[in-house]
Amino acid sequence: MSAYQNSETDQAAAASLCQSLSTDRQIFTYLMTSIAFGLSGLALLPLLSILWEIMSRGASGFRLEMLFHPLIENGFANAILGTILMVSIGALLSIPVGVITGIFLAEFSQTNPFTQYVRFITSIITGVPSIVVGIFAYGVIVLLTKGFSAIAGGFALAVIMLPVIVLTTEEALKLIPVPQRLASAALGGTRFQTTFRVIVSSAIPGITTGISLAIARASGETAPLLFTALFSQNWSDGLLSPTASLPVLIFNLYNNPDPAVNELVWTTSIILLTLVLFFSLLSRVIAKKR
Amino acid sequence: MSNLTTAIQVKNLSFYYGNYKAIEGISLDIYKNQVTALIGPSGCGKSTFIKTINRISELEGKVKVEGRIEFFGQNIYDPRININRLRREIGMVFQKPNPFPMSIYENVAYGVRIAGRCSKVVLDEIIESALKGAALWDEVKDKLHQSATGLSGGQQQRLCIARALAVKPKVLLMDEPCSALDPIATMKVEELIHKLRTEFTIVIVTHNMQQATRVSDFTAFFSTDESRIGQMVEFGETSQIFRNPLDNRTHDYVSGRFG
Repeated sequence: MSAYQNSETDQAAAASLCQSLSTDRQIFTYLMTSIAFGLSGLALLPLLSILWEIMSRGASGFRLEMLFHPLIENGFANAILGTILMVSIGALLSIPVGVITGIFLAEFSQTNPFTQYVRFITSIITGVPSIVVGIFAYGVIVLLTKGFSAIAGGFALAVIMLPVIVLTTEEALKLIPVPQRLASAALGGTRFQTTFRVIVSSAIPGITTGISLAIARASGETAPLLFTALFSQNWSDGLLSPTASLPVLIFNLYNNPDPAVNELVWTTSIILLTLVLFFSLLSRVIAKKR
Repeated sequence: MSNLTTAIQVKNLSFYYGNYKAIEGISLDIYKNQVTALIGPSGCGKSTFIKTINRISELEGKVKVEGRIEFFGQNIYDPRININRLRREIGMVFQKPNPFPMSIYENVAYGVRIAGRCSKVVLDEIIESALKGAALWDEVKDKLHQSATGLSGGQQQRLCIARALAVKPKVLLMDEPCSALDPIATMKVEELIHKLRTEFTIVIVTHNMQQATRVSDFTAFFSTDESRIGQMVEFGETSQIFRNPLDNRTHDYVSGRFG
């Protein structure tokens, strides 16, 4: 006699553990899984094909000396330097303002109607087409300084980066749990001490992600630079003179009548992609070190 | 009992979240160097009450207070009160351990550092004595510069106690400090409370009545009626509250016939 003196329903329950699910439940599971896989693959397709296309068509045109000579000597170096220069100016202008604004929105003014305006306007700027930002920078800086310049280009990029940094900083700060704020307050921390010593330092990885997103976006912008930095064939003559950049270079190469020159857009794209990748890796390393 | 000094005197305190009245008409004395336990069913306002003593509830939204709470005679709801100084005198340990995502050393140093400059030697001493005070020193002395989030739940809670002790408060508020801990960690925290009462005045909210009898000298029983407003039903020495409660509601609660 078995040690278990089971009733029939108990035995049925035990036996049911080994039965498979009903067919319609199984079909539903398989169907949903394959849809999820299929669509993820579909989403990956354009990304991979962009990479493949750029690599296969651009790699053959690449020469190492391109990285050291300006365009006039068949290199990209002045455009690379110009992009780095203008993105740096943009970052220098937008990071302090953007991060502090994000802190203000998240920590200091939840109940203030002024905050609503700031947040609303920031969201609107996010959606302003970059060519409009270019016209704005043209109107404000280029007409004022009477010339196309790296400063004007950097300013236009700063306007594009600013709302991204503000909104991601605010989101990163809001993710820090309330108990941490209470713990600091309970030790006698003022609002500023709590914000800067506890909250912001916990949120650094999130803030850095926002900054690197903004930098990646700014590095690839073409339209705002057409009106502001213009272009140059040779090394830049300083912050107040026209400056080359990689996106505008791609635009110009494409418009060149010579098909051999057209092919160089792919090579330039590789360099631009590498630069963006480098920026985001750099910011991750900085964030990790903390 | 003789020779009792009142550390905190609560006079007819009512408390509102917005327009919602959460507790009403609380009056009690919290005695110096004694452990006062607050017990009662969920939603009776114990936690709300303890958070009015260091005014931390003001960070949770729009609140209103009627009545007085006096800290050695000074009304803490006086408009002249510096709230940061108040919270240094009346420290708090929360329900869930909430260490900062920093090293163990930095966690304990935080409260000292924000109060002003402090030499490394003095700071090291304060941290060692705070961690010893919280019975955590032996477990962490070799890894002071590792992240506090790597500690077990019980160790994290004792770290939070050490962090509160480091700023040398007069009063320590504990809001269900053991509710997220296992029995062994709970026992350690209870032993700690026993040890700390010689130096500090402790107020502890607890759901565990055995814990109240084990750690406290005085007990306040909170309850609520149909109005859902928290009230204090009875206050007295812990032995009296648990053996000869004067109020029927207290009797029903401590004998397990309620809630």
